[in-house]
Amino acid sequence: MLALTRKKGESIIIGDGIEITVLEVQGEQVRIGIEAPKYIPIHRKEVYLQIQEENKEATKSDKESIEKLKELFKKD
Amino acid sequence: MHHNCQQPKTEVIEMTVKTKHFGEIEINQEKVINFKEGIPGFEEHKQYLLITDEEDSTSPFSWLQSLEDGDTAFVLINPFSFMPDYAPNIDEDYLKTLGEIREGSYLIYAIVVIPQDITAMTANLKAPIIINIETQKAMQAICQNEEYQIKHSIYAEFEKSQLKKAGE
Repeated sequence: MLALTRKKGESIIIGDGIEITVLEVQGEQVRIGIEAPKYIPIHRKEVYLQIQEENKEATKSDKESIEKLKELFKKD
Repeated sequence: MHHNCQQPKTEVIEMTVKTKHFGEIEINQEKVINFKEGIPGFEEHKQYLLITDEEDSTSPFSWLQSLEDGDTAFVLINPFSFMPDYAPNIDEDYLKTLGEIREGSYLIYAIVVIPQDITAMTANLKAPIIINIETQKAMQAICQNEEYQIKHSIYAEFEKSQLKKAGE
């Protein structure tokens, strides 16, 4: 991993469309501003990881359960 | 270089995939849905089939079957079936990577997790599956809405709506 030291107000440019700015530093917390083309999704990593985990769990749903569900919610 | 030079068309080859839930299914290439970025956790799977229950068209459930791996399939639910005002906030420019945005050109689903105890089932409202039915391109987008949960309990919602129906 490339490590760069930046001060408050300083930026990093990635390619020609992405700029990351250190907005504020307070103890352990860093506030970061990101400018990027809108088609590039930006997410907090922990949210992305949670969604990965949830998707893996979803593929374990079994067909018997869904059959049970369908019975339960059948329109009469 | 000729701009009107057409890309060589991929031959339509009859293909089948062995699936965990549906046995061997035939793949109609025209119905293949392409996830360019894959699905988080399954980034290497790009092609899926949307399978709906033909016998029960009122069912809110569908399946998203990976064509690269027969064992990988997701249960999807129509989120509007239990939350009619569901409105995930997704950046328009990002959505446009699937193609033009037109009235009725999109299908929105939520991935469902169904544990042994079905009353504990949840739907992922935070990251809906969005399919552009005109281009057959799709993505799992993460919406900005703080109120939508990755694990939204849906069993109670269903009971409510069933009760409502019964009361009508």
